[in-house]
Amino acid sequence: MVQVLQIPGRAALGMLSEMGRLSLFVGQALIWLIRPPWYGRQILRQLIDIGYYSLPVVGLTTMFSGMVIALQSYTGTERFSAEGETSVATVVVLIITRELGPVLAGLMVAGRIGAAMAAEIGTMRVTDQIDALDTLSTRPMQYLIAPRVIAGTICLPFLVLIGDIIGVFGGYVIAIYQLGFSPSVYLAGTLEFLEPFDVIIGLVKAAVFGFTVAIMGCYFGYHSGRGAEGVGRATTNAVVYSAIMILIFDFMITGFAFVR
Amino acid sequence: MTDTQIQIRDLTKSFGSKHVLKGISLDVPKGQSVAIIGASGTGKSVLLKCILGLIQPDSGSAKVDGIETVGASRRTREDVLKKFGMLFQGGALFDSLPVWENVMFRYRQNTKRDKAGLRAEAKATLAEVLLEERVLDLYPAELSGGMQKRVGLARAIADKPGILFFDEPTSGLDPITSGVINRLIRNAVDRLGATAMTISHDMNSVRQIADQVAMIHEGHIIWQGSVKDMDKVDHPVVHQFVHGLPTGPLTKYAESI
Repeated sequence: MVQVLQIPGRAALGMLSEMGRLSLFVGQALIWLIRPPWYGRQILRQLIDIGYYSLPVVGLTTMFSGMVIALQSYTGTERFSAEGETSVATVVVLIITRELGPVLAGLMVAGRIGAAMAAEIGTMRVTDQIDALDTLSTRPMQYLIAPRVIAGTICLPFLVLIGDIIGVFGGYVIAIYQLGFSPSVYLAGTLEFLEPFDVIIGLVKAAVFGFTVAIMGCYFGYHSGRGAEGVGRATTNAVVYSAIMILIFDFMITGFAFVR
Repeated sequence: MTDTQIQIRDLTKSFGSKHVLKGISLDVPKGQSVAIIGASGTGKSVLLKCILGLIQPDSGSAKVDGIETVGASRRTREDVLKKFGMLFQGGALFDSLPVWENVMFRYRQNTKRDKAGLRAEAKATLAEVLLEERVLDLYPAELSGGMQKRVGLARAIADKPGILFFDEPTSGLDPITSGVINRLIRNAVDRLGATAMTISHDMNSVRQIADQVAMIHEGHIIWQGSVKDMDKVDHPVVHQFVHGLPTGPLTKYAESI
């Protein structure tokens, strides 16, 4: 009986200890975000890495999503004879801005940047570069973690804003060139039901997701195990846990913002 | 009588059920070069990291110039670390930075000194370790193992520290390159008048770098003395290690772990 209880007990203790360690890490990261010195060159490097280089993957993802939503909503609304042009445009813009734009951008950046952060910081850990930073009067939390978290939190909203525009454009292309809708009616339908709040909530989600991806990438890299296996596991965990946390936060923010 | 610059008392450290350091006590006199020898896994690197505060020991004391580093505040630790230069086992150069920025890292990141001046200083420091100007803008991945060690050494001495730590400075290098690194280390230590602690398995390296030697075995320092006396010690463990004998108590110990 004791042995049977040992396994879930050990797993629960392990999970609690990991959550405690993560909470401490987040707390430390938040402290170092607001304390000088800020390493400008590091922040700039991360802004370029996360923002500029993620643009193609986010743009492609949101464009094809916008196209798919246009097709799906058209074939769906046809079944109950709704107003085709207006409803397709509204569905595309609301789903992209409120939901798919931030979530897809978050997941893409988690795969691209979260993994890279975990691998880079994990390699620095196993090759003593983090210890070397410490001995050279440089705090690793301030030099490595804070710039990544700042850049992640700033970049994601911009990526999502651009992704929103590209996604809506993808829906427009399908609506006009494949479904034969009128451009002016479609554009009017796009703007008719869209409220600034929809876009703002999408951007708030993006900032939260950017923070989450950067924290997870840094956390798993920073606590990476020894050797190639340790770095590999850190990379996998960073992506998996980022994705899970993105979906959980998405649900929480959506529930808080839209369900009255 | 010489002053003690590093004083270690009853230092213990365990990782889970593995007791690595079981009460290490050691005095390192100012201006002396001390080598720590011992079989793999006996906690030599852990000892160095405990002194630097990179690993928190379970108990005991480590003082540098009379300042306690065990359990010290971040600020105290940072003040103490300014006295140190450290050459890590694999070099631990920052992959994303060129050589000159690695060498001048402490100044480049934490001061507003101008880039041209820092580059010139990096060039002069690299010359001290026999590296030419052409390596200034190379990245660590573009250097051979021996060159990486020399850049690591340049970074360690760039600040002209009073204390130098070397973790396996010749591991993975051929005998000729090892000889060059040993000579550079000894020259740097003498020129700076620094106190040095070196971890090594390489007895040639120990003979060239060190004035004093201490051997760790099963979590304790079992012998400490001058390099000259090392060959005459009749302690069976020290004797086997120093002479690299294939059979003896260390062989049984290695098989048992």
